Amino acid sequence: MSNRHPAFMPLVLVGGLIFGFGLAYSQMARPEVVLNFLRFEDFGLVFVMFGGAAVTGVTFFVAPRLLGRAPLTGDSFERRLKSFDRKVLVGGAIFGVGWGLSGICPGAAYASLGIGNITILWALAGMFLGAYAQGFWRSRSQARDAAATGAD
Amino acid sequence: MVIDPLPLQVAAELFPNGISRYAIGGLLVGLGVTVIYLGTGISAGASTFLESTLSYVSDQSRFQQYVASRDWRLVFTFGIVLGAVVYAVVYQGGAWTTNVQPWRLLVGGIFVGIGTRVGKGCTSGHGVCGVGSASKTSIAGVLTFLTVAIVTAQVVAALGVSP
Repeated sequence: MSNRHPAFMPLVLVGGLIFGFGLAYSQMARPEVVLNFLRFEDFGLVFVMFGGAAVTGVTFFVAPRLLGRAPLTGDSFERRLKSFDRKVLVGGAIFGVGWGLSGICPGAAYASLGIGNITILWALAGMFLGAYAQGFWRSRSQARDAAATGAD
Repeated sequence: MVIDPLPLQVAAELFPNGISRYAIGGLLVGLGVTVIYLGTGISAGASTFLESTLSYVSDQSRFQQYVASRDWRLVFTFGIVLGAVVYAVVYQGGAWTTNVQPWRLLVGGIFVGIGTRVGKGCTSGHGVCGVGSASKTSIAGVLTFLTVAIVTAQVVAALGVSP
């Protein structure tokens, strides 16, 4: 968007850099390490997610109280709250099958490419295929629903 | 030979590679999210990129809803790749490639692509941002995908599929 603050994109890039460096440093960009965790051979990965969540937890608590509004967008600071429904469980279970089979999740896959793991392109291709399949299907059912209500 | 006291032995068994690299990595992941959030108010997750990027090539309404954020999500993902490149150059001394078989990556990836988008988040969106927000939805999502992933990985290993 043309009316974005000039520092918006650089900040997103820097945030992504730290995020990706952290994923690589944590070894989560290696499917083998994730699979070892899921097979109870190395519990260290617990510290990645909870370490990350501990930091964001402090951020999400402190930012709205100290800063009021985000300087680059003027938006208020909200927590990441999504509505709960059956899709969270169904989608979570499907994701779990994929994560348990491959040992890789989206962010870690991007980072995996960065550590030189070109084989991970298989997983990235799969993720785009899967995301496309569900989007195609949901767009169609949405259009069908809209047509049905429109006909009332 | 000096025998480690029991707590150290247990720790060595649970954490054969120690915990510092995991904890430091996790703190950095949280810091990356924090930098973007403090500037913009956006809590960035990684899996929306899949759909927002598809909006460049597909007119499906499901992808078009992400048109407004697709450019910065591309930059965010580029940053993730670049940050990992920096790690590889500094600590790894060259490229590292996985031995996990391509079919597992491809088929697993398809499930990840469907599941993260239907389930409203992935390991970073639900796991780091959502849990950090004390979101009950995200905690339910994390418990679901973690449990299913553990069962899946154990079953796959028990079937003798390796690597």
